[in-house]
Amino acid sequence: MSKEVGTENRPDNTAFTQQRLPAWQPMLSAGIVIPGFVLIGLAFIGIGVALFVTSRNIQVLERDYTGVERDSFCYGCSDLKVKNCKCNLNFTLDKLFEGPVFFYYGLSNYFQNYRQYGNSKDANQLSGDKEYFTEPDESCAPYERVGDVPIAPCGALPNSMFNDTFKLYQMVNGTRVEVPFDGKGISWWTDYNIKYRNPPGTPLSKAFEGTTNPPFWPRPAYELDTTDPSNNGFINQDFLVWMRRAALPDFRKLYRRITEGEYAKGLPAGKYTLVIGYNYPVRAFNGKKKVVFSNVSWMGGKNKFLGIAYLVIGSMCVVMSIVMLIVYAKFKFPDEE
Amino acid sequence: MPWRSPLALLRDAVRGIGERQKDLRVLVSNLPYSELDAGGRPNRFFPGNAYTPLLFLPVNLYEQFHRWANVYFVGLAVLNFVPVVNAFQPEVALIPICVILALTALKDGWEDFQRYKSDRKVNGTPCLVYRRPDKRFVASRWMDVKVGDFVSMGSNEIVPADLLLLHTSDPHGVCLIETSNLDGETNLKQRRVVSNLGSPTSEFDPENFHCLVVCERPNNNLNHFKCYVEKPDKEKVGVGIESLLLRGCKVRNTEHVVGFVVYAGRETKSMLNNSGPRYKRSRLERALNRDVLFCVVLLFAMCLVGAVGHFIWLSSLPSIPPYLVPDSQGYLESPSLSAFYMFFTMIILLQVLIPISLYVSIELVKIAQVFFITNDVDLYDEDCDGRVQCRALNITEDLGQVEYVFSDKTGTLTENKMVFRRCTVMGTEYAHKENAIRLAVIDEPDSDEEVLFHQRPRQGRQPGWTLDLEESGSEAAQPPRAGGHRSKVAGCAEGDVAFSSPLEKEVVPDKALLQQIVKIDYSSGKRMVDPYLDFFLALAICNTVVVSTATAQRQRVSQLPGASLSSGPLDTLSSLAKKVGSLRQTLASWQPMSRRGSLASEGSAADDESDKTSDRDRGAGAPKGPRPAGRSDELLFEAESPDEAALVYAAKAYGFTLLARTPASVTVRLPRGETLVLEVLDTLSFDANRKRMSVLVRHPVTRQLVLYTKGADYTIMELLGTPYAEQLKGNQKSVAANCQTHVDQYAKEGLRTLCFTKKLVSEKEYSDWSTLRREAMAAMDNREEFIRDSAVHLERDLTLLGATGIEDRLQESVPDTIVALREAGIQVWVLTGDKPETAVNIAYACRLLDEGDMVINMSSKDKLTCTSMLDCTLEAVRRYPRGPNGMVTDPTIALVIDGRTLGMVLESDLQAHFVELAQRCRSVLCCRVTPLQKSAVVKVIRDRLKVMTLAIGDGANDVNMIQAADVGIGISGQEGMQAVMASDFAICRFKHLRKLLLVHGHWCYTRLANMIVYFFYKNVAYVNLLFWYQFFCGFSGTAMIDYWLLIFFNLFYTSIPPIMFGIMDRDVSAETLLGLPELYRTGQGTGEYKASFFWVSILDAFYQSLVCFFIPYWTYQGSDIDVFTFGTPLNTVSLFTILLHLSIEIKAWTVVHLVVILGSVMVFFLTILAYNAFCVTCNPPSNPYWILQNQMADPTFHLVCLLTTVAALLPRYTFHVLRNTIDPSPLVRARKLERLDADVRQQWIEEWRSMRGGGAGGGGGGGGGGGGGGDAVGGGESGRSASPVHILDPSPFPPSRSDTHV
Repeated sequence: MSKEVGTENRPDNTAFTQQRLPAWQPMLSAGIVIPGFVLIGLAFIGIGVALFVTSRNIQVLERDYTGVERDSFCYGCSDLKVKNCKCNLNFTLDKLFEGPVFFYYGLSNYFQNYRQYGNSKDANQLSGDKEYFTEPDESCAPYERVGDVPIAPCGALPNSMFNDTFKLYQMVNGTRVEVPFDGKGISWWTDYNIKYRNPPGTPLSKAFEGTTNPPFWPRPAYELDTTDPSNNGFINQDFLVWMRRAALPDFRKLYRRITEGEYAKGLPAGKYTLVIGYNYPVRAFNGKKKVVFSNVSWMGGKNKFLGIAYLVIGSMCVVMSIVMLIVYAKFKFPDEE
Repeated sequence: MPWRSPLALLRDAVRGIGERQKDLRVLVSNLPYSELDAGGRPNRFFPGNAYTPLLFLPVNLYEQFHRWANVYFVGLAVLNFVPVVNAFQPEVALIPICVILALTALKDGWEDFQRYKSDRKVNGTPCLVYRRPDKRFVASRWMDVKVGDFVSMGSNEIVPADLLLLHTSDPHGVCLIETSNLDGETNLKQRRVVSNLGSPTSEFDPENFHCLVVCERPNNNLNHFKCYVEKPDKEKVGVGIESLLLRGCKVRNTEHVVGFVVYAGRETKSMLNNSGPRYKRSRLERALNRDVLFCVVLLFAMCLVGAVGHFIWLSSLPSIPPYLVPDSQGYLESPSLSAFYMFFTMIILLQVLIPISLYVSIELVKIAQVFFITNDVDLYDEDCDGRVQCRALNITEDLGQVEYVFSDKTGTLTENKMVFRRCTVMGTEYAHKENAIRLAVIDEPDSDEEVLFHQRPRQGRQPGWTLDLEESGSEAAQPPRAGGHRSKVAGCAEGDVAFSSPLEKEVVPDKALLQQIVKIDYSSGKRMVDPYLDFFLALAICNTVVVSTATAQRQRVSQLPGASLSSGPLDTLSSLAKKVGSLRQTLASWQPMSRRGSLASEGSAADDESDKTSDRDRGAGAPKGPRPAGRSDELLFEAESPDEAALVYAAKAYGFTLLARTPASVTVRLPRGETLVLEVLDTLSFDANRKRMSVLVRHPVTRQLVLYTKGADYTIMELLGTPYAEQLKGNQKSVAANCQTHVDQYAKEGLRTLCFTKKLVSEKEYSDWSTLRREAMAAMDNREEFIRDSAVHLERDLTLLGATGIEDRLQESVPDTIVALREAGIQVWVLTGDKPETAVNIAYACRLLDEGDMVINMSSKDKLTCTSMLDCTLEAVRRYPRGPNGMVTDPTIALVIDGRTLGMVLESDLQAHFVELAQRCRSVLCCRVTPLQKSAVVKVIRDRLKVMTLAIGDGANDVNMIQAADVGIGISGQEGMQAVMASDFAICRFKHLRKLLLVHGHWCYTRLANMIVYFFYKNVAYVNLLFWYQFFCGFSGTAMIDYWLLIFFNLFYTSIPPIMFGIMDRDVSAETLLGLPELYRTGQGTGEYKASFFWVSILDAFYQSLVCFFIPYWTYQGSDIDVFTFGTPLNTVSLFTILLHLSIEIKAWTVVHLVVILGSVMVFFLTILAYNAFCVTCNPPSNPYWILQNQMADPTFHLVCLLTTVAALLPRYTFHVLRNTIDPSPLVRARKLERLDADVRQQWIEEWRSMRGGGAGGGGGGGGGGGGGGDAVGGGESGRSASPVHILDPSPFPPSRSDTHV
């Protein structure tokens, strides 16, 4: 037989080249997806209920202390001319505020996510690289140097660090008892231990030699926390919290936790006074400042939205499955029997 | 199309005058200068400007920057280096453009490397070149051959450059070449030594060649060559293509050849013809560009929103907040200036909206689609051992949108294997009934034969041989089937030898005619002037058929040049095998013939004697033959046109065997065994204008000059002069009339007709004419016209001998294919040069016309009648209701129009009416059209109706049409490669069109369309996340996602799944698509890539991006989450949404799909986890250290991802489900069908098909239009045709027919 005429051009007859790979062809028709919808719907409703209940159990106490309004307890402090202004926030707890209590400060209309602002820092300097102490990155401009002296930490982001101070007192029998604040571990573990490093050298002031503090800062970086020498420089907890820029213009940041002594179980019912050292100006951008006491659950802070959203989507799935049931009954295919 | 800069055009125009003088090129022999090394142009493919590895990069980059999309992206990247507007780190912005440029360069580089490899192979092929120092021909390589060199070649060698033939070993100065490498024609062609250059027999010495060769500039016309050789004595000798050996041809049957190189390397005609793959823009891509433009508008709108928003935001600030960063001088820009800068920043940030990666992806997908198309086993043809070739790489999806198919007839619908059917001689018809029966028998067997054929190759060669002998024994018992079977197998066996399958060779002589010959042979005294004798002589010699014998049997030309030069053991083996094959074939063709002869004699005892005679004649022919080889049956006739071969075989069946042909003589053996050598004085070759050819011979006995002419009946009938010989005076008039009647009848049966005439030329007339002729031959300008005129001068006052009818058989499954195409909503037009009657009959046979069709016949002689006819017809046709695509479906209308009328209706004033009429017709048949009209029709329909057109053809006359259509398909068949060269796709058989369109076209289109829509969706959905974020960051151009991830998201994480989707998705299986051709309709018009589809996707993208942004936004609102931690769930959710969205769109999941989708998710998490684990200070401002790790430890993250993904996909999913349930598209219905049990499904499809196909009786019976002038008849009652049957409709219309025709 004359096969030499040639079949050398004959293509390979494989499943792949002939596009005959075994395939699963799901058909999206009502009859098949109804169970899926019901399942998803029910699961979502379950999750939603759980989230909603969890969220409801979280206690939150929020107070605005911007002080722009005349009746506000911090009225007057918002004026930039007043230095070292202090104002007292008095509040009463009717029942135990369960611990551990997290104490936040909040800013609104503050755009920490502004592009140039976010860029205005020097990651290498902050990681303790000495080279960048003498030559800060130009991304820090114009907070790069004062005169010829480089700034450490340079940039607008460190420069604008939040500097209000808070002290909480409980009124016990007419006397003010200070509620101890725990400032440790409020920042990310990785920030404190890996990402941010102080420059080598002891004492810290020596390491920062030849640099100056950011212009808005009253003190150099190595004197941020006078009470705790290990909480200074670039690994100051408040600084680290500030450096983690908020994603949205209305945000809160963790200031302290109340975990010590008799307050470890929470704030008991009673009268409290929060003494606020009002330093940070917010009127320039129509901002608001607030303080927040909150306890947390497994899913973080109070958030009604997620639970409700789960419930809504879950119910929608269920409704949809009912609709599809009707549709299926009406438009059933003869071949699906 | 090579692009030329306006400057270059201008330059050419200015130089025009000078250039024209340079149209000629003067060449001289290199030999006198060989010491000076002043050689001519080298013979390489890429002289000088080849891509060298070093130069590749810059050259390639330069070429890539010709694309505006690339320029746009480089511009963006550059913009990013401007400090005031940059959004990312400048280097990051370079990544995408670099990746895309690199990918494209890689692709181009690979293609170039392949080309380089093949070039090197070709360049290194050995050849013999004359070198002066050695005084002989020296072995050299192709690349060393230069213009002006002398090259020597032996038999079976491939010509290395375009050579002027100066010397051959043949005493007549002739050389035979085979041009199959060039144009696919396998017959031998004759080339002659340039005449008058000294005696051809003496040994040729290149050093004595002192002539000047003046030739035209290199061009790509393979069939023309203008040149003259100026001898030292200033005598000019004209040279044409008949003395040019083209590069790539193979020297045959000639021992030794010497040629002078006129064109080398790139300038050779074959290289100039090979323009490589062509680049066309598909319709989808044009639509795509429109949508890209929309994206640009969208981008600008979004940037504008950003800029304006930024301005408003800045203006509303009471004073300078701490988060506003002043510039290095401590000043803040004014809000308006910032807003202006912000516009550009936004462009950079949102650049992904313009999908550049889309262009690269489309190219990759198309490469894969082409791969799958060319690898389809179903599109492979055994006979020509060829697969489908995709010559245009980027219009695969156009195959899925075709609405009009314009087909050639001969060679496309038909085999172009001509079979002699019947003839009329001197007004008497010889029906050749036995011959018809034989052909009918061959028609019949189909399926079982296929099986047999496929089984054969598996048996070893030896067993196959013996088995065959046994088989022939058993076959004797059932001759009909055996005959068919044989023809098929043998036909396949010798696919390399053109027109020589037994089908064409065997002609069963008509007994009456045979008797006539025998009678005259014995009775007539002046036997040499008998009309019957003349008729068969004309049949045998009035052609250009070359005779070759089995001893000189040609080898199949191997595709690789140079492969045949090595003669290893493999070669010998294969040639041995070939001999066995040919032996078998001889046996096969011989046996049935004699057997059938005896069969016939049983049937009709009356003609017993004559039959025996004929048998004796044929039988006796062999031993008595002049050739010692003895077996006259091994004569192979190789003709340029298959008709000629068929006629020569027919003549042979009656004993007039063409034995040999040289330029000066033809040798014919007459029935009684004596051989007649006729001196050929001239051959007036065929041309399309004259539509005839003639041979002028001197009869050896009577010494008369006789001109035999054959040609189309309408040209011949006009030239008839004095009636035939004296003794037939009585019925001379009726000869022409009868003949015309018969010819018309033949045409009605779908036969190709040729008339034969004879003319006695006086010596005086000849000598006058020959001077004229010589002048014409020597003319440099307008030579063709002169030659044609000289031919016309002689071809008049002809005497009619008779006419023949040749059948051109339909190709396998042509009717099925046409029916399928029609059901697919494609209008099929047939454009043919044949007579209307022939065309109409073929149309019925191939089911282009059905019995139920209302046939409108348009044929008019003048414009006025044409106009009124068109208007009347249109008026009548408008009354009928129209189907979905503008066609009248009840009754279906067919239009038959002839070339002259077509020319009139295509004029601008009637065009619109004609198009409207044509649109309503189901099929249109254009007869007697010229190649130019073919392309005009295609262009009119394409431009007027804005439809996708496809043209399919096999011959040089279809090239115009193929190029004019959106999709050009060439059939690589009998008529050379011109059509294939011009085509976008080349197939072997018409039936392949079915799978190519219905399956591959559909797949390619739906895949690509869906992928493109998905790409747009993906980019919009992702980019919008960034856009929404701008509302919460003071429109400052912040990205909450790490820049690297942002860039990589599009480039790596979500690019492979859609590409794989574009390559591998399979909405409906091939079987179902073939079974239900109407599924093809989904792609027509704008198909799946509708504007609405696009907008729905864009809206969905907006919805999804809103969900993906705002669910996390509300979840984290007021919390202490930081920028990039917030971005992580957004990014993750986007990935899930985008991939699951794709999963909803994927119709068929294979392992590959699963791996790619899951792989993408895995790669996403693994790379980001790794990145976040190692990037401590890198990539400010994000410094994404440990972010994803942190998030993954947070349950909220998972909850958000789950909720958002479900919420984002819920509408689309629901929409799909509801639509599939309530109003499923045909495709969905078909998919449902596929889910049925295999048997049930098959049964269902079969049932559906049988009901539909029942109406086809095979056609052929009912005659077509009346063909008279000036009658437009809208006619007849309607017949219900198979109107579109809806799938899933349990009761398709019963097939009904009514015998209606006009």
